[in-house]
Amino acid sequence: MLGRFSLADLPLDVPILVGTFVGVVIVGIAVLGLITYYGKWGYLWKEWLISVDHKRLAVMYIVLALVALFRGFADAIMMRTQLALAYAGNPGYLPPHHYDQVFSAHGTIMIFFLAMAFMTGLFNLVVPLQIGARDVAFPFLNNLSFWMTAVGFILVNVSLFIGEFSQCGWLAYPPLSETQFSPGVGVDYYIIALQIAGVGTLLTGVNFFVTIIKMRAPGMTMMKMPVFTWTAFCASILIMLAFPVLTVALALLGLDRYLGMHFFTNDGGGNQMLYLSLIWTWGHPEVYILILPAFGVFSEVVPTFSRKPLFGYSTMVYATCAILVLSLVVWLHHFFTMGAGANVNAFFGIATMIISIPTGVKLFNWLFTMYKGRVEFHATMYWAVGFMITFTIGGMTGVMMAIPAADFVLHNSLFLIAHFHNVIIGGVYFGYVCGMNFWFPKAFGFKLNEAWGKRAFWLWCVGFYFAFMPLYVLGFQGMTRRLNHYDNPDWHPWLLVAEVGAVMILLGIVCQLMQLYVSVRDRNLPENIDVTGDPWNARSLEWSTSSPPPVYNFAIVPHVHELDAYFHDKENGIDTRRAGSSYAPIHMPKNTSAGLWCGLFSLILGFALVWYIWWAVVIGLVGLVATVILRSADKDIDYYIPAEEVARIENEHSRKLMAQAAE
Amino acid sequence: MAHDTTLADAHGHDEHHESPVVFGFWVYLMTDCIIFGTLFGVFAVLHNQFAGGPSGKDLFEMSTLGLETALLLISSITYGFGMIAAHKGKVNPVILWLGVTFLLGLGFVGLEVSEFRGLIAEGNGPDRSAFLSAFFTLVSTHGLHVTCGLIWIVTLMVQLAGTTTIPERMMNKLTCLSLFWHFLDIVWICVFTYVYLASMI
Repeated sequence: MLGRFSLADLPLDVPILVGTFVGVVIVGIAVLGLITYYGKWGYLWKEWLISVDHKRLAVMYIVLALVALFRGFADAIMMRTQLALAYAGNPGYLPPHHYDQVFSAHGTIMIFFLAMAFMTGLFNLVVPLQIGARDVAFPFLNNLSFWMTAVGFILVNVSLFIGEFSQCGWLAYPPLSETQFSPGVGVDYYIIALQIAGVGTLLTGVNFFVTIIKMRAPGMTMMKMPVFTWTAFCASILIMLAFPVLTVALALLGLDRYLGMHFFTNDGGGNQMLYLSLIWTWGHPEVYILILPAFGVFSEVVPTFSRKPLFGYSTMVYATCAILVLSLVVWLHHFFTMGAGANVNAFFGIATMIISIPTGVKLFNWLFTMYKGRVEFHATMYWAVGFMITFTIGGMTGVMMAIPAADFVLHNSLFLIAHFHNVIIGGVYFGYVCGMNFWFPKAFGFKLNEAWGKRAFWLWCVGFYFAFMPLYVLGFQGMTRRLNHYDNPDWHPWLLVAEVGAVMILLGIVCQLMQLYVSVRDRNLPENIDVTGDPWNARSLEWSTSSPPPVYNFAIVPHVHELDAYFHDKENGIDTRRAGSSYAPIHMPKNTSAGLWCGLFSLILGFALVWYIWWAVVIGLVGLVATVILRSADKDIDYYIPAEEVARIENEHSRKLMAQAAE
Repeated sequence: MAHDTTLADAHGHDEHHESPVVFGFWVYLMTDCIIFGTLFGVFAVLHNQFAGGPSGKDLFEMSTLGLETALLLISSITYGFGMIAAHKGKVNPVILWLGVTFLLGLGFVGLEVSEFRGLIAEGNGPDRSAFLSAFFTLVSTHGLHVTCGLIWIVTLMVQLAGTTTIPERMMNKLTCLSLFWHFLDIVWICVFTYVYLASMI
């Protein structure tokens, strides 16, 4: 009846997990209770869960990302604490079986559910507004993508309390991840969670690619698109090129495990090198999928707070495109030591080093944008400048590792760990938090508190250096990744320093939460509220509409004449909104619960597959197909906002603008 | 399959965006193409890993294969007739041609399933060797796509039944399915030549 599940699969003997479970249950009941107490279920359902509005989905994505951050960071600080303790005979507090799940979950969650969800959230919030569109090309698919991502994350967290998670690292290399060595449900959770989330990501890629190609406002040629939109465009292309390969790699591993096939097994002619090649054919473009939008964020923030146009717009675009192409031809540098031969390694080593050229172009562009600008050291600029320094160091250690001979020494050492955290925290995370600080007023109509934002930055930035610079040293000293305990006295002090860094980052996260709390508390103070929709005197179209924007974004689709369209209009006294014109009814998509149902059936399907509960697999599958078919027959998918309603909303905003100007 | 709520037509008459549904579906198909490309690559790597088991020469039969190919290719033509009728706005011929296409596709899937059952019964299933794993996965991924196409055909036949006109949204659905169906034909030609013919030579 319940497949291979038995009560013995509940980790009742692990106090950490039991405690976490109790905590999650208490918090869960508290949240559900509060929603019930305030009678917000209808609001939550109608305005958020089934919404196809890209701005609502953006917020849900970013909330998902922040939850993933807490989970992933809890894993991180557990690992650092284990290594601070587990020295010279002391086994520490995490036995290997548990520790291996922790580091596997940490990587999986941080990449797929923190970084990807945060990125998709920013795409959703910004791209349609920046190109002057009323939504994305496929609003229902957008909602479906969110639920697929959320279900993947739910499955990863279910594995915490029911069964176990993968113990094979974040990429589950075979043969370790094959049934022979990992007979439990952990790898199955990993494969199925990522497959479901992968559907969401792929559809996001298609959706934003089509949105940017087809839905730009009149006059916005490709070379008049804001750089963030350009990076979202290139990242979407990379998603479409790379994620199908991940789908295949994980599907083949799943076929090995479920149907006894021999793609990557030790026997039957399987080939593990094939898995490495496939997974990194996805994996390397993936890191550029993450970093390109971060570059896009800085390209919006730095000009705005330097009060100058971006230096070298076209070189920024060409550099982005060059990185797109190059990122597809470097994957083998992840396994130089596999023995592909000197010539092959040399090709991929050189290709990897070449990527630093367009990246350097970008860095100089941001620096030259600041040069002779009237730089305002707003909290967002802190993250931007912190990024420029930190990311450059991470990039340089990357070029070091691109030398195959050096890589033979550094491969799988803590030097590698330090390198990629250096670029992912210092690049991706700093970038997305910078973007969150920058666009938060657009989503909610009030600014984030700056003092707490700066505190969060300093703790994150300094904490990063404390946590990861020691790892470079440890890498040179020969410490490999994924160690559970050690007895080398030279390593111990460095690991203590790294633990201090992790605690500082923890405080940084606390400051971010405080920043949210204080900002919400003080949201109605005149210095925080964003009446005009343009709190930073910024440059692109998203700032020309109100904050938060009306559901249709633009009552009249803006006409674009120049790069930095909104700034051009402001300088020339053009009203981008064309307030007071006669409005036409606006055609909008209706909210639908179909995406939520697809997510629910996918959850049933995924959970049932993990535990071999075949009757529930059938329910999940049939439910999924039936939902899609019913949705396709649904004729009631759109509605018109009457012109009077549009006029009412627009006049209300104009009235507020005038009141503000009169003060 | 139900990717129809679009905003581009929502921009109204002043902006003249065409519906992005067909373009979006075509882009999606290209990502599907990468899935097939990757599976072909996997087959190329593993095609001679027989692990002491049979090779393609020992297993494949030209006669069923010829019939399968014929059914699928003809089904593309019949779908084309359906599209011609759709462009003329004639509902009943569209339903008829979709029905014919469905039967041909069903015949293809039936033949493929019986071929697979024969192989598995002889102990040459996908767990026999890496070669057979790659073979079964590539061919059945295509077969699974055809099966989805069959479900899609029935769905559209039901949605068309009883109507008299073909509105734009339905036309978009028919066009997307058309792209999908012809795409599967092209993939099959690659499977036929690269997997079957090349193994038999």
